[in-house]
Amino acid sequence: MKHDPNTPQGSAYRNGTAPAGPAEAVRPAREPVLAVRGLRTAVRTASGPLEILRGVDLDVERGETVAVVGESGSGKSFTALSVAGLLPGGAEVTDGRVLLEGRDLVTLPEEERRRIRGAEIGMVYQDPMTSLNPVMRIGKQVTEGLRAHGWSKEAAHERALDVLGEVGLPSPRALMRQYPHQLSGGMRQRVLIACALAPRPKVLIADEPTTALDVTIQQQILATVSRLRDEYGLAVVWITHDLGVVARIADRVAVMYAGRVAELSGTRRLFTAPQHPYTDGLLRSLPTPAHPHQAPLPQIGGSPILLSDLPRGCPFAARCPHRADHCTTEEPPLLDRDSSRAACWFPRNEWTGKRLEVTGRAQDA
Amino acid sequence: MRRTRDTAEPPRSLPADTENAGATGGTPAIDVRGVVRHYRSAGRGTVHALDDVSVRVERGRVLGVVGESGCGKSTLARLLTRLERPDAGSVEVLGARVDTAKRGALRRLRRTIQLVFQDPYASLDPRQRTGAALAEVLAVHGLPSGPDQVAALLEQVGLVPALAERYPHQLSGGQRQRLGIARALAVRPEVLVLDEPVSALDVSVRAEIMNLLVKLREELGLTFVFISHDLGMVRHFADDIAVMYLGKIVEVGPWDAVSDEPLHPYTKALQAAVLLPDPAQGQGGVEAVVTGEVPDAAAPPSGCRFHPRCPLAEDVCRTDEPALLPVPRVGAAGTPGSGEHRLACHVMRRRLAEAADAAQSPSQTTADTAGAAVRVEKKTGE
Repeated sequence: MKHDPNTPQGSAYRNGTAPAGPAEAVRPAREPVLAVRGLRTAVRTASGPLEILRGVDLDVERGETVAVVGESGSGKSFTALSVAGLLPGGAEVTDGRVLLEGRDLVTLPEEERRRIRGAEIGMVYQDPMTSLNPVMRIGKQVTEGLRAHGWSKEAAHERALDVLGEVGLPSPRALMRQYPHQLSGGMRQRVLIACALAPRPKVLIADEPTTALDVTIQQQILATVSRLRDEYGLAVVWITHDLGVVARIADRVAVMYAGRVAELSGTRRLFTAPQHPYTDGLLRSLPTPAHPHQAPLPQIGGSPILLSDLPRGCPFAARCPHRADHCTTEEPPLLDRDSSRAACWFPRNEWTGKRLEVTGRAQDA
Repeated sequence: MRRTRDTAEPPRSLPADTENAGATGGTPAIDVRGVVRHYRSAGRGTVHALDDVSVRVERGRVLGVVGESGCGKSTLARLLTRLERPDAGSVEVLGARVDTAKRGALRRLRRTIQLVFQDPYASLDPRQRTGAALAEVLAVHGLPSGPDQVAALLEQVGLVPALAERYPHQLSGGQRQRLGIARALAVRPEVLVLDEPVSALDVSVRAEIMNLLVKLREELGLTFVFISHDLGMVRHFADDIAVMYLGKIVEVGPWDAVSDEPLHPYTKALQAAVLLPDPAQGQGGVEAVVTGEVPDAAAPPSGCRFHPRCPLAEDVCRTDEPALLPVPRVGAAGTPGSGEHRLACHVMRRRLAEAADAAQSPSQTTADTAGAAVRVEKKTGE
């Protein structure tokens, strides 16, 4: 049982003291637009506070897309809501920092924070029908946010026309007078993106925005967002469970598990040499063209973790085919692994000799 | 108690071909001929959910059906299981008419073919324990419904018998889908129709359910119709794949031909948008593969229904509806013993026919020419 030399650095993470340095290890070049450090978010429950985010680290640079992937309960949506300051009642950030160009949004006075969030961080949700007001014309929905941020009526109107065109919607002038129900799902999603981008934010956070759309429409929206990212140098955070989407649009990927980032890698590297056994298991379980037809798919055993009942040590240990004794006693921090970072005590080359066991059995119950 | 996922969209259907699916003799498990299903919709007119769809599945085989919302794939599932009846055409399951079945025949039919939904939670009584739910299904069909039978059913789908005491909300998503499958298996059907069975599940759970389906097929020799928008999952499990667009089958054939060397421009678009890119090739890219949106099924385009979005569209595509016909053989596609590859596309059929002609003339460029025709398409598609 060896300890990684990086351990001391990681323990700072666990304590929530959030060192500013380590996350840049993946890409040390520039100051990130958005830097999340040791972010902890908890919700009130009948049995006391439940930690949903347990120290999330993430940063996004100008002009890049970082995908945040995870399964239900991994904390990916809470990460988005915490950063955007849109947590539901009963949930609050308890520790850590959200740095937008160096300013910590967590400690900023409420009014200032609200101003910055609306104008500089745009947010898009999965379901465009529930996010748009059904009885308000499209034009009003786009200009409303701008007006709230002090734009004049005329300037807001002009900007709305521009941004509707920028997101690829035809005839913006006519569109401004329409209602959401008159638009297709894909068009509504574009309207939402236009609303988010209207104030020219530096960061766009998208929470599964294409999941409900048909795949050919999804592909069109991915193309549009990637174009806007390049044209405006947007920093994009794309929350998704779909590894196909990740492969298409992300520069880097944060894989979340049990309220923390389990792995942070460049996209290509993630797919070719995943550094965390959970990522490895996820990728193996996909039916890729290389997988023999109708042959059993390697499964990740066990059940997803319950945040209310976290074991000691690594939260993935119980399902990990490479588990060692040490894994069940101490939770690994995000450790540098070549050009990636992974919350696993062992470097990939120490466990890739083995393979995830293929079983047809249910691991449930 | 049925799921309501499609409220906002027209139904979906499925594909196959009628004459000579290239398989063995005997009665096919499923034989759908010229099925039409239209819905009247207030304010929208007539929604063409299925238009002249024929498809055939031999016993023990898996037909995968892919397509986007409104393509008709779920309508097809509902016609196969007699949740609905077609306006025209016929549906046969193991030689028995489904669309016209009455009373006794209908009851027999319900034991022959079963449907599994995307979200079994929506069709489970939240106050009924899982064991009681399974026992009820058995009893309704006059089958022994004691604890032993229930335990056997649970074990068949990889659940421990102790789960019989749980309520639906105490089950994980994967367990609920297993329970949905167990309930379908209770009557020992010969055909299972699965409508998006893994789409609502977490990625790590999908593999479990897919493996269960493969196991059930081997153990029970079931025939499957596997409906999904995810070409990757369909590719993995199906023997044959039918691709649907706006109420029509546009391409159908052996899984490898359809998913890996698709001919129809729409199948190519699906392939580019859905299949996981090869990481060794770097990013898959986000070039939009087709433009525009799926048209309203209440006003399908003239000619080929895909023509307004198609990169290959010519004049003929705007006026003449292409029939689903066998692909001219150029050597590439097709696996021995599988169904025939059929395609509904004027342009690709012409190109393939030209390539096949060239191949027959005693020149040296046979396969090259054929390959070139296909490659041109690939380029356009990406």
